[in-house]
Amino acid sequence: MFAFILRRLAVAVPTILVLVVLSYILMFAAPGGPFNAERPLPPQVLANIEARYGLDQPYWKQIFNYIWKIVTEFDFGPSFKYRDRTVSQIIGQGFPVTFVYGFWSFVVAVVAGISLGVAAAVKHNSWLDYFAVGLSIGAQSLPNFVMAPILVIVFTLWLQWLPGGGWNGGQWQYVVLPVIALSTSYMASIARITRSSMLEVLNAGFIRTARAKGLPMSRIIWKHAMKPAMLPVLSYLGPAFVLMITGSVVVDVYFSTGGIGQFFVNAAFNRDYSVMMGVTILMGVLTIVFNLIVDLLYAWIDPKIRY
Amino acid sequence: MKLKNLLTATTAAGLVLAAGVAMAAGTHPETGEALADVQTFVYATIDESPSIDPGLVEDVEGSAVVRDLFEGLMNQDREGNPIPGVATSYDVSDDKLTYTFHLRPEAMWSDGTPVKASDFVFAWQRVANPETASPYAWYMELMSVAGAAEIIAGEATPDTLGVAATDDHTLVVTLTQPLPYFPEMVTHTTTFPVPQHVVEAKGAEWIQPENFVGNGAYVLTEHVQQERLVRAKSDTYWDKDNVYITEVTRLVINDENQALTRWQAGEVDKTETLPTGQYGALSAEYPTEAISVPELCTYYYNFNLRDGSPEWEHDVRVRQALSLAVDRDIIVNNVLGAGQIAAYTFTPGATAGFEVPEVPAATMTQEERNAKAQALMAEAGYGADNPLKLEILYNTSEAHKSIAIAVSQMWKQTLGVEATMGNMEWQTFLEARGNGSFEISRAGWCGDYNEASTFLDLMASGSGYNDSKFNNARVDELLASAKTMEDPSANYTEIEHIVSEEMPVIPIYHYAAAFMLNDAVKGWPLDNVQQTWYSRQLYKVAE
Repeated sequence: MFAFILRRLAVAVPTILVLVVLSYILMFAAPGGPFNAERPLPPQVLANIEARYGLDQPYWKQIFNYIWKIVTEFDFGPSFKYRDRTVSQIIGQGFPVTFVYGFWSFVVAVVAGISLGVAAAVKHNSWLDYFAVGLSIGAQSLPNFVMAPILVIVFTLWLQWLPGGGWNGGQWQYVVLPVIALSTSYMASIARITRSSMLEVLNAGFIRTARAKGLPMSRIIWKHAMKPAMLPVLSYLGPAFVLMITGSVVVDVYFSTGGIGQFFVNAAFNRDYSVMMGVTILMGVLTIVFNLIVDLLYAWIDPKIRY
Repeated sequence: MKLKNLLTATTAAGLVLAAGVAMAAGTHPETGEALADVQTFVYATIDESPSIDPGLVEDVEGSAVVRDLFEGLMNQDREGNPIPGVATSYDVSDDKLTYTFHLRPEAMWSDGTPVKASDFVFAWQRVANPETASPYAWYMELMSVAGAAEIIAGEATPDTLGVAATDDHTLVVTLTQPLPYFPEMVTHTTTFPVPQHVVEAKGAEWIQPENFVGNGAYVLTEHVQQERLVRAKSDTYWDKDNVYITEVTRLVINDENQALTRWQAGEVDKTETLPTGQYGALSAEYPTEAISVPELCTYYYNFNLRDGSPEWEHDVRVRQALSLAVDRDIIVNNVLGAGQIAAYTFTPGATAGFEVPEVPAATMTQEERNAKAQALMAEAGYGADNPLKLEILYNTSEAHKSIAIAVSQMWKQTLGVEATMGNMEWQTFLEARGNGSFEISRAGWCGDYNEASTFLDLMASGSGYNDSKFNNARVDELLASAKTMEDPSANYTEIEHIVSEEMPVIPIYHYAAAFMLNDAVKGWPLDNVQQTWYSRQLYKVAE
């Protein structure tokens, strides 16, 4: 088991390295640069700024310096766009925000999604099943950029229950709407996967045996069916968790949370190279870590899997 | 909204009473209006500012923050005229090359140390210093401060800049040429002082709330990236008795519609913009709160006059015809509809001391323009059997797209031109426009200062912003001589006439700033065409 973890972590390092180099190359290949604007800077001023950020050096050297600084000083550099901040400060301020609303969205999506999916499978072809399927199709086909403004109009403008945006240090009133907006489509997917996987398991031979033995249905579901039914759900949850805690552009933009999610898009539009790289690395590391955790959970759920 | 306001009002009133501040309630000493108990102001902006360091600030909204947190030599009044700031007065030498500013002795940094002339010297040298890499370093050159160009080019050290502190309260500036509008130029945030003792001690971190020291009417208390920036009234500001708003909060709300909804919910007092096309409906619903004022900006299309661009671009008749066939009234009234002004010349009429010249196109009816355009196109050899084909390039945006669609339809109907539209993501667009890979490209330009040269300089053959690559010797000559003239308006008129005859660009409209402003907020400087506002000009009246 430990050997497995060590092996996986050893592979992770070159994976991240390839990610960094590839992202860097793609970044340089994109036209424009961080200091282009409607009003172009005078050449001498532009040259001074590029020298300040090392952009006047050859590409290979820039990549090397970037990696070297991360390895030796854990320094991800200054933001090219937000001159008062470093990349670490931007991520340090934005990531906790998305982590909080992402984490709660995950909890909501998992609890509601699995309950809905299990209920639908157990009461197959009943009104409950149709309701669950209808709800999850509805939730999945309603994009969050449509849902977010609707939530604000209903809860802020009409009912005046909740603020229409902002974060304000993460007080609960500010967290509710982002969580609803982010969790619905994930909940729908989880419900769908749970339902079909549960249906399959309930038709399996060992469940028939358990029923023939006269075990109560609740015991069959919780003790025997749940674990195997969760395997496909689990492989969905790993990447979903990473996506959720790194936030969503739509949620950050519509609810003005100040989270890290919007930087995925904004940093690319602004050609804010260092922020773009920082966010990419964050995302890469989290993906690798959570894929590893999912693999370990697999072994715990399914005794046939051994590392 | 009412309940929420009442709640915050009672809490804050309680706090004010507890703190024993007698300021909040009462009447305004000049206008006699009853003041609201809670004097807080919340406004929304679309984007986070790249920086709020006076030496690095580059955007409009960031400058508004800097004007609250710091104070320069001169301020602007509600009409935009320069009035004393840290400097109480100034003397000009006979050759108009030396300005001596006398600083007020009571000016103080928020840590209690006095503001010295040397802080200005430090700040100005810092802006020009290549190591600072300020995006506004060129402003020192624009102000004609002696030595600025050489320092930026790395040929001289920053201490050679033509600015000196002869004592703690006297600042002497040396210019390379007389500039009649120099006092206006030092109301710009790039010229604001920074606390030398703090910047040297804290480095780049000095502008964070925990280290912040400023000399403005407000101090920075909170700055959460992409979310909010809070500033509180300073108790060390020399004119603090005339500051009414006690706390100013700037929220970043990327989406215009969302900002509008939150304004309607009473969460913000002012929005930065309005969604395109909604001003009409909003001003009917909120006649006193939906506001539109002229802005010093021009929206225009570039032709491409570079060698090797399509042949038709070099035919002045085609350029004239395309410009004449654009029905500006439809664009400003039907497409945009927020108080924009149809443009037939380049410089906005709102610019100080600028009289819009009567170019022929401006006085014709659209039917006359269309008839003339058709005649010109026929003369140039284009018609139904030989239609002109071209592409309009713009950066991805709903508003730019609507305008491009309208213009291409007008060209098609009037002239039979087959226009296609190309849109590009912002950075890709800038690159394409900059290196001339376009046939017609959209552009927008806003004045840096309130004088026509900030627009007309774009027509100089050597200007880095001249994307059409217009090259006219007479225009260059007129621009050069205008720089030192007492009254250059005759030059400006002639340049506008030449531009309108040669038509290197199609001016389409002059911008209007349209936004929502809560009725309770008074003192907003609507007559300042540069939209230069200071929170200390504002106050809230009791509803």
